[in-house]
Order: sequence, then C-alpha cells, then structure tokens
Amino acid sequence: MSGAHDEHGHHHREPESVLSLRVRALESLLVEKKLVSSEAVDRLVSAYEQDIGPHNGAKVVARAWVDPAYRARLLADGTAAIEELGFGGVDLRVVENTAGLHNLVVCTLCSCYPHALIGLPPVWYKSFEYRSRAVREPRVVLREFGLDLPETTEIRIWDSSAELRYLVLPERPAGTERLSEAELAALVTRDAMIGVAAVKPPAVGR
Amino acid sequence: MEPVPSREIADMRGAAALPRKNGELIFDEAWQGRIFGMTVAMSHEACFAWREFQSHLIDEIAHAEREGETSSYYERWLRAFEQLLADKGLLDDGALAERTREFESGRRDDVF
Repeated sequence: MSGAHDEHGHHHREPESVLSLRVRALESLLVEKKLVSSEAVDRLVSAYEQDIGPHNGAKVVARAWVDPAYRARLLADGTAAIEELGFGGVDLRVVENTAGLHNLVVCTLCSCYPHALIGLPPVWYKSFEYRSRAVREPRVVLREFGLDLPETTEIRIWDSSAELRYLVLPERPAGTERLSEAELAALVTRDAMIGVAAVKPPAVGR
Repeated sequence: MEPVPSREIADMRGAAALPRKNGELIFDEAWQGRIFGMTVAMSHEACFAWREFQSHLIDEIAHAEREGETSSYYERWLRAFEQLLADKGLLDDGALAERTREFESGRRDDVF
C-alpha cells in the first residue's frame, strides 16, 4: 500500500478499499448469525500462516548457527534438540552441509516431510519426477533448482520415511556475522532445509 | 487447541492453488487473510464441504480469465464465497450491500 501525503507532509489514513469494507461487512453479518467467530478466524489465519511456512525450521537453523553447543546437540539428536525449542512430534535427524558436502532430502516412497518444522511440502517434493530423479541424478536436479555445485562437492541423499525425517542444516552465508538470530532465521528458506538451495546473504549492503 | 491446517485446503492445485512465497501464504492486504479465515472456519464447522467451495472458486477464476479481468486471486475468492453462501441460503445479498454501506459511511464500526 502506498503512503499518502498531503502538501504539509502529514500522513493520511488511506480510505479503506471497497473490498476491505465488503469483507468487514461480511464478517460482521456472519458473526451476527453465529456462523463464524472472529477469534476462530484469527486462530485459523495464524495457524495457516505459521504452520504452512518454514518459520520453526528456520529458528532451529539460526540457533544452530549462533550457538555451537546447540548445533552439536542438534546434529547428535535432532529430535531432542528441536524439543528444546518447543517443536516436536517428529523423529528428526539433522544433516549438516559443509564446504565439501551437500545434503539433499527426498522421500522416495511418498512425501514424508518434517511438517512441524518447515510446513507443508511443495508440490514438486511429492512429484514422481523429483522422488526418482533426486536419487538418480541429484547434481542435475540441483542445477535445475539453480544450485550449481562444484564437481568436488559430495552429495548425500537422505530418504525420509514415516519413522525418521531429515532436515538439512544449510551453511551460514558469508557476511552475516553481525546479524541477530532472528535476522538470520529470516534468511533461511524451506528449499535450503530440503537441500535444493543455499541460504543467500541479505541483499542489502552487498 | 491450535487448529491444524488441512491438507485439502493447503494443497489445492492449478488455478485454485493458494498464492505463496517460500512456501508461506501471502495475503497482500488484511482483508485477504480475513476472507480466507472465514471460508476455512465455515468449512471446519461443516457449513459446506471444502470441495464445494473449491469448485465455486475454480468457476470464478475461469470466469474472470474469460472476461480478461485483472482482479486478484482473493477478489475472485470473495466472489466465490459470496456465491456459495447465497446458494446455501446463508447470505442475503441485500443485507450485505446494506451492511457494507453502514461501514462505508461510518455508521457502523465493529471491532474484530
């Protein structure tokens, strides 16, 4: 939304859009008829915003980047380490990317995925094409995702199952030493935690 | 208890697929989140089956495309939702128009 200014530089409250008014009216009517409650709508929107996105996994990664002891615990026992941050319900192994090693997660049988951490899986993750080609020709698949790894980098494939899910701990990008844990978390993407992308440094200031 | 997102809703494909960025849902404006939440809430309460809404949404999108409209995804969603409510006898078009005018004129300003 663009900020409106008058000639004196004061902020105006922008007039509410026709659509916004109509949706407010609709909510008001439906609440009156007891068909919905505004609290239920709040909770649902927040659940879909939070649970569908990769926020929780990003918090885990950022913590591991700033806290070496946490990182060690996370790699030793992923399930216990994510419980420390209040996430759970999944048996998890975390695999770490390094300069010479890249990890890639796939579920060859179906679409096992650590929802609690990175939300709902993208459509391609469930596709037969990804499930078969990630194992057969990971380097080509990664290149198609825009990740061109040097030939010397070893690629390890992890096959998620109903019993054990995997999460990639991506490399912390260079130039992020001054960022806070929350700022770091904001850089971490779903794709990086599946292993089909690297975490990029913030665009500003480069 | 926190509501658990439904796969049926989150995984809609094709034209009906929810707009996302980095896997997260995108609501460009607050009202888009409200209309999304109301629709999901009512389907949870079994006012209608999700596939009924989805089929209305697909029809609205197809209609808008045919007409060459530039309307946004959630504008089409809103129309589909209103249409579904009208079909179910849950919403009176006149009442909605009247209530909208009340908000517009400031005669009403419910706080949600």
